[in-house]
Amino acid sequence: MNRKKARKSGVTKPVISLKRTGLLDYLWKVQNEHGYIRPDDVAACGEALGISTIEVEGVISFYHFLTRQPRGRITIYLNNSPVAECKGFERVREAFEMATGAPFNGVDPTGQFGLFETACIGLSDMEPAALIDFYPFTNLNSLKVRDIAAQLKQGASPAEICDSVPDHIRSVPDGDKAILLREYSPGDALAQLRNRAPESVLEELTKSGLRGMGGAFFPAGLKWKACREEPGTSKYVFCNADEGEPGTFKDRVLMNSLPGLLLEGMAIAGYAVGAARGVIYLRAEYRWIKDKLEHTIEHFRKMNLLGQGIGGIEGFDFDLRVQLGAGAYVCGEETALLNSTEGKRGEPRNKRFFPTQRGYLQKPTVVNNVETFCAAARVLQLGADHYLSTGTAGSPGTKLLSVSGDCRLPGVYEIEWGTTVREILQQCEADRPHFIQLSGPSGACISMQEVDRTIALDDLPCGGSFMIFSRSRNILDILRNYNRFFKHESCGLCTPCRAGNFILEKKLEMFASKLARQSDVEDIRSWGNIMKLTCRCGLGKSAPNALLMAQEKFPEYFESIVRQNPERLSKGFSLKDAVREYDRFSS
Amino acid sequence: MNTARKTTDRITITIDGKKIETERGRNLVEVANENGIFVPSLCYWKHIEPPLGTCRVCTCKIDGVAGPACTETVDDGMVVEATTDELVDARHAIVEMMFSEGNHFCPGCEKSGNCDLQHMAYEMGLRQTRFPHVFKDRLIDFNPQRMIMEHNRCIKCLRCVKEVFTDDGKAVFSFRYRGNETRVGVDYDQEARLSDQQAIDAMNLCPTGAIIVRGALHAKPFGDRRFDLVSMQKVAPVEEPKITLPKAKKTVATVSLAGCFGCHMSLLDIDLKLLDLVKIIELNKSPLNDIKQFTRHCDIGLIEGGCCNAENVETLREFRRQCDVLVAFGECAIWGGVPSMRNTIPLGECLEEAYLNCSTSMPDESFVPYHEDLPKILDKVYACSEIVDIDYFIPGCPPDANHIWKSVLSLVAGEQLPVLYSEFKYD
Ligand SMILES: Cc1cc2nc3c(=O)[nH]c(=O)nc-3n(C[C@H](O)[C@H](O)[C@H](O)COP(=O)(O)O)c2cc1C
Ligand code: SF4
Ligand code: SF4
Ligand code: FES
Repeated sequence: MNRKKARKSGVTKPVISLKRTGLLDYLWKVQNEHGYIRPDDVAACGEALGISTIEVEGVISFYHFLTRQPRGRITIYLNNSPVAECKGFERVREAFEMATGAPFNGVDPTGQFGLFETACIGLSDMEPAALIDFYPFTNLNSLKVRDIAAQLKQGASPAEICDSVPDHIRSVPDGDKAILLREYSPGDALAQLRNRAPESVLEELTKSGLRGMGGAFFPAGLKWKACREEPGTSKYVFCNADEGEPGTFKDRVLMNSLPGLLLEGMAIAGYAVGAARGVIYLRAEYRWIKDKLEHTIEHFRKMNLLGQGIGGIEGFDFDLRVQLGAGAYVCGEETALLNSTEGKRGEPRNKRFFPTQRGYLQKPTVVNNVETFCAAARVLQLGADHYLSTGTAGSPGTKLLSVSGDCRLPGVYEIEWGTTVREILQQCEADRPHFIQLSGPSGACISMQEVDRTIALDDLPCGGSFMIFSRSRNILDILRNYNRFFKHESCGLCTPCRAGNFILEKKLEMFASKLARQSDVEDIRSWGNIMKLTCRCGLGKSAPNALLMAQEKFPEYFESIVRQNPERLSKGFSLKDAVREYDRFSS
Repeated sequence: MNTARKTTDRITITIDGKKIETERGRNLVEVANENGIFVPSLCYWKHIEPPLGTCRVCTCKIDGVAGPACTETVDDGMVVEATTDELVDARHAIVEMMFSEGNHFCPGCEKSGNCDLQHMAYEMGLRQTRFPHVFKDRLIDFNPQRMIMEHNRCIKCLRCVKEVFTDDGKAVFSFRYRGNETRVGVDYDQEARLSDQQAIDAMNLCPTGAIIVRGALHAKPFGDRRFDLVSMQKVAPVEEPKITLPKAKKTVATVSLAGCFGCHMSLLDIDLKLLDLVKIIELNKSPLNDIKQFTRHCDIGLIEGGCCNAENVETLREFRRQCDVLVAFGECAIWGGVPSMRNTIPLGECLEEAYLNCSTSMPDESFVPYHEDLPKILDKVYACSEIVDIDYFIPGCPPDANHIWKSVLSLVAGEQLPVLYSEFKYD
């Protein structure tokens, strides 16, 4: 019964030719042509790959943006992130329904518009925002929505009328201290490789102390070295451009403003670890950046900064491609990302091997964040000593923050590690800040009592998302938004995450209907800790973070929303609510 | 066989402070259980390599790091914590989650008594789940030629996905969707190509009653099923404890809310011990003596059934007021049980289907009964513990007679009597 033991099937010539690693691209192609993936397409994929159709269905249904049903000739995905909710999501949502005649999660009767919600699309500095046929539309309000719908009805294409997306680079460190957001001329970093052995590159990187910027802060030098030391000649360099953590958009800005720097960083990694091939895994929400990346790649090939014998260095071959994701936050988890690129469901792998041991197609693979590659290129270009001269002793260098929420100047801030939260709040002109979420929903929240703490690895590490919620925001609404996000984005593979987030949702509903008791607060704490202990990957392990921390940081808030002195006779139950549905039949 | 190599492969690991000699590379779950240290497992299946690691029921601390034991192979010097309070509690919680997440109506399940999920819950002695049941509406897939896919019971262990293939290597099952929507999809064409034996193997591979082959699973009487009689843990009591009747009497009240009176019937099933029972308790309000109103404050209240209408809620609250100790006995009282099958469907739809759209209803003449004398129907069937605090739970549908007897006796005597593995049942 095992596939490994199975015989090769009888040969009938498939209609299309396809490799498993090309499955996602193929599914995108047919969906772009027909608006959805038709039964024949599923069958054709199955046949070409020699797999059953249910396996193809399994892949399709994993991804939010792939569909087996038509989603309108024009498909609108409105972002429902917590920042969007603060900036008028509800009104915009209604406006879209009114203007298009489509209900959310459905298509209007003529089949022209499909309306759907989607998790953070990386435009938190311009919320509310939506993707229409994957083109960005930002700073929406009811009027603008009406206008967009009218233009679309008159035949305008989303590509023509979409908004251009500014980078909103608000501030960089003074003097020579900017590392990432400084002047860039293509080839400067790669030029450093001349007459330099890969080992020396690794040394420089290790010396700089550069850590991964995707959120886990693993030392980049160590990772690259481990990959280099693996036997075998077939190795890969992967850039994690899935940037799915709500409130993060710094990778978008890097790819939009310095795509070349990223390519150089990846090529340097290829040189250092001995890999000739690279992949940028770009989230589908950033499809509008894909052309730019591909043009830059093309341009780099022409300049001999990619391809064979790069920069005239004999034997330095490196080339890469862009893999478009299809809508799954968990694909930012590095092993899920690899599975997804292999044309599978984006489920994280068991942590038996590091990707540097067995990564893409089981070959040694380096996976790093966009910012990490960019910073690595800068380390080579400027030298580790320069890098070490910025930041603090414990966390050298700089960090890009994506600041959003209740402030006048949302955007990207390059800060030196060691900057205080207060300084950032001042720079962005925060409006009555109250609840600050660092590193997104899976990160940490802090209250105003902690604003003198620093953004640093040994104090408050931050992966890039910096969301500010003012005094007028309801903390429970924010937490429920996070919870819905995790529930929806869980890959569903392990029990504590799949069921745990669902169960927490039920519990939070009790808080929302004002039926919770103090013991419910304690339940959440205990259940959250069980999820942290037992979940398979970082998604589930960090899903309860904000809930647990909010309890710790805002005890008076939680006290105010639980029922005081509840009787033993009445737990989280309201007879009035429970009979409401039956009362409909009273007449 | 090369004996020299074998000896070098002998290694020592430590589990819960106990030194265990074994062979390098063996599976940690197996090594632990062979050595009398209970590490539960559900998705783990010896023949699947690499192990799935999906259910997380086997979570231990391995060299200080929490992770599943089933994906771990033992190595010299490995230090494992298996039975700390924190770990045991977390593992219990995960099995409880499976019950709250699925819709597990054990008394109606073909696999009951042969089900790994139920078995693990027995081994853990789970009386109730700490989590609210989510009652997600799931369809049952009757489309496959021979199989029925009962999505309510699937715990998403991944076994079938990774192990069931046609002779030419095509997967029969695959996960579909994601998050709490994840379910196992069946490829109808490939399923039809399995041999009968392969289909039955697939059913047997499934740790729950999710994969059922029509006509291939026949109910067996209690005692003849795989997990009925003997616990896999040697520590569980296997002998009937000696019982001495307490001197003092306690007053007891009982009631059946949204139940079928089966639990009360089971109580009467203690046969001759009824004579002992009347020596140690005095019945107050109860259907057994037909006393309709409380005449005094009671020590113990036994509740059968959950709450499906407003009157149930009122009665339950009355019991909470009148009784020092409140016991939910039977699955309906504990989490809703069979009546809560309606919870996956909105009440309005249930009533419309029953009174307005059914085959015997007449247009214009049919209506949903609603009168001030009728108790109002709740939007769903509630577990007693969702409404008032419950002190003690006796599982079973109905609970085993001896289990009820021992629990009552324990409460009267004020000391916990051990319940045998064979008396602890959900069906
Ligand atoms: C659920 C989840 C989502 C993640 N999403 C991202 C992401 O969008 N971008 C990213 O760079 N890293 C993400 N990560 C972290 C990656 O797994 C990995 O640590 C990172 O890509 C390594 O690169 P770095 O060392 O350069 O940070 C995510 C991790 C988890 C568990
Ligand atoms: S924690 Fe588990 S269910 Fe959640 S995303 Fe990770 S592997 Fe999937
Ligand atoms: S159907 Fe059975 S074997 Fe398959 S995933 Fe569900 S519980 Fe596991
Ligand atoms: S038995 Fe180990 S994770 Fe399921």
